Amino acid sequence: MSHHIVEARDLSYSYPDGTPALAGVSFRITHGESVGLIGQNGAGKSTLLLHLNGIFPPAEGTVRVGDYPITPKTLVHVRRAVGMVFQDPDDQLFMPTVRDDVAFGPRNLELPEDEIARRVETALSTVGAEHLADRPPYRLSGGEKRAVAIATVLSMEPSILIMDEPSANLDPGARRKLIHLLQSFTHTLIVATHDLDMVAEVCERTIVLKKGRIAADGPTRNILQNEELLLSCGLEKPLRMQGCPVCGNGPGQDWAPPKKTDGHHHH
Amino acid sequence: MAEIESSFWDIRRLDTLAFADSPIHRLDPRVKILTTLVYIVTVVSFPKYAVSALLPFLLYPVVISSLGRVPLELLARKMLPAALFAFAIGIFNPLLDRAPLFAVGPLCVSGGMVSFCSIMLRVLLTVSAALLLIATTGMEAVGSGLERLGAPKGFVVQLLFLYRYIFVLGDTASRMARARDLRSFGRRGTGIRSYATLLGHLLLRTMDRAQNIHQAMLCRGFDGEIRLGKPMRLRAADTLFLLLWSVLFLLLRQVNLSRLLGALATGLFS
Repeated sequence: MSHHIVEARDLSYSYPDGTPALAGVSFRITHGESVGLIGQNGAGKSTLLLHLNGIFPPAEGTVRVGDYPITPKTLVHVRRAVGMVFQDPDDQLFMPTVRDDVAFGPRNLELPEDEIARRVETALSTVGAEHLADRPPYRLSGGEKRAVAIATVLSMEPSILIMDEPSANLDPGARRKLIHLLQSFTHTLIVATHDLDMVAEVCERTIVLKKGRIAADGPTRNILQNEELLLSCGLEKPLRMQGCPVCGNGPGQDWAPPKKTDGHHHH
Repeated sequence: MAEIESSFWDIRRLDTLAFADSPIHRLDPRVKILTTLVYIVTVVSFPKYAVSALLPFLLYPVVISSLGRVPLELLARKMLPAALFAFAIGIFNPLLDRAPLFAVGPLCVSGGMVSFCSIMLRVLLTVSAALLLIATTGMEAVGSGLERLGAPKGFVVQLLFLYRYIFVLGDTASRMARARDLRSFGRRGTGIRSYATLLGHLLLRTMDRAQNIHQAMLCRGFDGEIRLGKPMRLRAADTLFLLLWSVLFLLLRQVNLSRLLGALATGLFS
């Protein structure tokens, strides 16, 4: 069994009005990998994500999730395995209370009520939002909405997590919490984002999209230090890897990707 | 625009009240829905010149709002739009129906005046009952209560979605209007033409939003059916609540309590 594998082969897609969005995208993401998907606005990140759980059927090529190619018949399995967190939490939180919202997925899986209750509790405590359970979602702050949106997906216990701009619109504190949360996941994780500093901390692998094609795919460390590549794709080096504007020093050569909150020098 | 924002805030306030705890809040939503329904139908069923017979019906909103701790000031404020609407319609009655009904000393009271009072009283009673239902139950519980009472699921889901997204829509609309106001410098940039494009944009954004929501639902295994969960159980208190109020309403429909009390009082004094 290889639940946690996501594979795209020669994936192409054009929007109904004919605008090409993806042109021959291929990659294979294996169990437990965390992958940053970066690229400028309109590079095709969101479109690609919507292919990975069958919201968009591929015009050409195939997507495989675990043991299944995505077809109308396997959709149920695929969506059970792939959890998707949308960019705007307001799109994702539509039930009257947080608890109902987190229970929405499990209820659709027709799990027994006590199992649903257990999953809701676990998911909410993972994102630190137990106290919000009975609140209506529209009354939450941006950071709380994001946390709950993630919980609504975790409650389905997916093996693969996909997120579209999870750190957008968050205050630094909420962003830091999110990063810790993502670092603690053992799921296969795919994060589309412009927050390259987050990618540097969370993902060991990075895929760069440019005009619907893959411009680069490799270890985050190499890609985020390749200034030429980043500039040509409308990106730039993560701030923490750029020179210090106060003392003029370059970034430390000992910079290493993920996991540590290292101490950059203080002034 | 400020009015729109503040009225949205008020809707939310009504909704917050539903999270309080009181004997009324603890009642089964279905019971409250049915009682409200019986109440409204009874009030509406009175003949058009009924005023005194309607007065005892004030008892219900008074009891529910005090037991359910709903501030009267908020209730009154929420009732205003409906009252104005009814006023605009009812005000023609005194003009159209000038037949004298009775006289108080030298003052002749026309049928129109009486039916106008009757209309306003009915609005006061029915609207306050509906608002109290929301304030002590909450929209979601009203929704699942309706569903359990056999209302079509599609209708209930539409209602809940409307309620959920009306806030988002309101926020979007007020942000767009504010952005427009900031660039129209208090002049006529706020005319009907910019208003029309603004509305058009709002519609397009709403449709985009709807599509995104649908996708988010599909991702979580939505198959066309919304499962609202939470079984409801009727307790003895619930049944009693429904039964007592319904009997009282029907009784008050048959017997004019005000007149009875009046007759009793005059009987005592004479």
